[in-house]
Amino acid sequence: MANVLVSAPKQARAGEIVEIRTLASHPMETGFRAGTNGTLIPRDIVREFSCSYGGVTVFRMELSPAIAANPYIAFHLRARETGPIVLRWTGDNGFSVEETVTLQVA
Amino acid sequence: MRRIAALLAAVFVASLALAQTPPADPRRSGYADMAPAVRAMQDDDAANPAMLWVAEGRALWSKPEGTAGAACATCHGVAERSMTGVAARYPAWAPAAGAPATLERRVGLCRELHQGRPADAPGEARARLALLAYVALQSRGLPISPPADRRLDDARAAGEALFERRLGQLNLACAHCHSDNDGRRLAGAAIPQAHPTAYPLYRLEWQDLGSLQRRLRNCVVGIRAEPWPADDPHWVALELHLTHRARGMTLEAPGVRP
Amino acid sequence: MSYRRAILAAPLALLLAPPARATPEAMREAMRAVLGTAAPRPGGIALDVPPLVDNGNAVPLEVIVDSPMTDAAHVRAIHVFNEKNPQPLVFHAWLGPASGRARVATRIKLGDSQRVAAIAAMSDGTFRIAEADVIVTLAACFEELT
Ligand code: HEC
Ligand code: HEC
Repeated sequence: MANVLVSAPKQARAGEIVEIRTLASHPMETGFRAGTNGTLIPRDIVREFSCSYGGVTVFRMELSPAIAANPYIAFHLRARETGPIVLRWTGDNGFSVEETVTLQVA
Repeated sequence: MRRIAALLAAVFVASLALAQTPPADPRRSGYADMAPAVRAMQDDDAANPAMLWVAEGRALWSKPEGTAGAACATCHGVAERSMTGVAARYPAWAPAAGAPATLERRVGLCRELHQGRPADAPGEARARLALLAYVALQSRGLPISPPADRRLDDARAAGEALFERRLGQLNLACAHCHSDNDGRRLAGAAIPQAHPTAYPLYRLEWQDLGSLQRRLRNCVVGIRAEPWPADDPHWVALELHLTHRARGMTLEAPGVRP
Repeated sequence: MSYRRAILAAPLALLLAPPARATPEAMREAMRAVLGTAAPRPGGIALDVPPLVDNGNAVPLEVIVDSPMTDAAHVRAIHVFNEKNPQPLVFHAWLGPASGRARVATRIKLGDSQRVAAIAAMSDGTFRIAEADVIVTLAACFEELT
């Protein structure tokens, strides 16, 4: 089950800096591990994470197999205007999850 | 394989002998033995990976399933009310099974008997674990309170005897590590007192959420003993003894361990 | 200590494929791909990782760069590398004035004790670098591979 958790404040003052913290259910299988029969377990990772705010990409990350399973990613944003914050995880085997939270800016 | 086992035995004994003196009696959750970074992971719901399972469990709680088309919520209502304190009482007697059952088995029984779903595959079914995590969260902060139920006495006594009995090629009892050598280090890992305060939990070694039974299985395999099958009465007996030993300690579920 | 760790790890090591390993040279090369001919300078950047971890499967890591994060002066990217995992890259992150603060946290896997490096690419074309050593101990009771 594709499943993500996003912790972000619901409101902020204009100009205030807020922290966005995320967790995603994903095995982050490195592609370097051998299974019981000795053959390599194929790589299955989240390759990219991005955040857009009010339609503009404000943060982007390229992940490698060295990112821990069930990736935790935390970063910051400067609150500008009330608007959707769209978080997107994409990866191997067609993995794609999107989650939207709304920030009310006073 | 025998040579490796012998080496391992020597290593275990050597590392026990090298370690420092254990602290005095007071009971201590495995949490106290963890590095600050791992504690921080457990302390913060936004950073604790186990909360991913809780979120899945919350969604499943109100999803109708099985031939009965019933959701957990259909019979149990709001989990925050009906499930408060339940995880603190398990293992408990399950009338439907006519035997003591762990909380995960109890959840499994409801899925089979009350929802009419096919039985979960033995081992760690993801949906059952997610429900277990969600139910356990409703007892976070409460004291572990094993029920005074005579029907559990025999299994609890069997669990206590098992805890003291030597097992496996390393010929070690649970008590050798968890009662006699807790607080010392075994090849870098702190030996905890084995109190089941945080289950189900996210173990970094697993990179996954797992039940107390999975944790116990790791220790049994670690001393090179043949593990019992999933949900075998030996596991339930051990859990009954462990919860009795830990009675009154605070539940931290769903926790994090290295 | 180390002989014990080596012996404990032996049964597991037998089951693992011959590891393709990043090396300090591979790490330097990956860093050069980001830096070009520029020389990164220490200072104004912190790489926060615990020096000693019980388990290398999820090591918390945070990079904090000292910057006003304005249009005129900000961090464009943060890159993290490691010496001994199979690949030198850990992650690239791109940020900018909209970030408000140049601070990124995640959790990484470290198969062994090693050095980790973070590079910040600044808007004026300069680079900053911070490095840290992490010691990884092994869990005592492995789960059988099934
Ligand atoms: C059709 C009604 C019904 C449904 C649906 C149902 N249960 Fe139950 N549940 C019961 C009954 C009745 C009991 C107690 C008696 C018994 O069966 O042993 C019980 C007991 C329990 C207990 C033990 C409570 C205690 O105080 O010891 C737990 C935990 C539980 N259920 C969880 C669940 C979960 C999780 C689900 C959804 C997967 C679920 N139940 C679905 C009827 C239901
Ligand atoms: C050789 C020593 C040793 C023996 C024997 C042993 N264990 Fe453990 N056990 C450990 C260590 C070390 C840990 C800590 C986890 C780790 O890093 O492997 C642990 C962890 C645990 C935990 C988890 C505690 C927590 O905080 O979550 C439980 C429960 C447990 N053991 C129960 C048992 C039981 C029951 C037995 C007997 C069947 C047993 N152990 C036998 C060494 C041992």
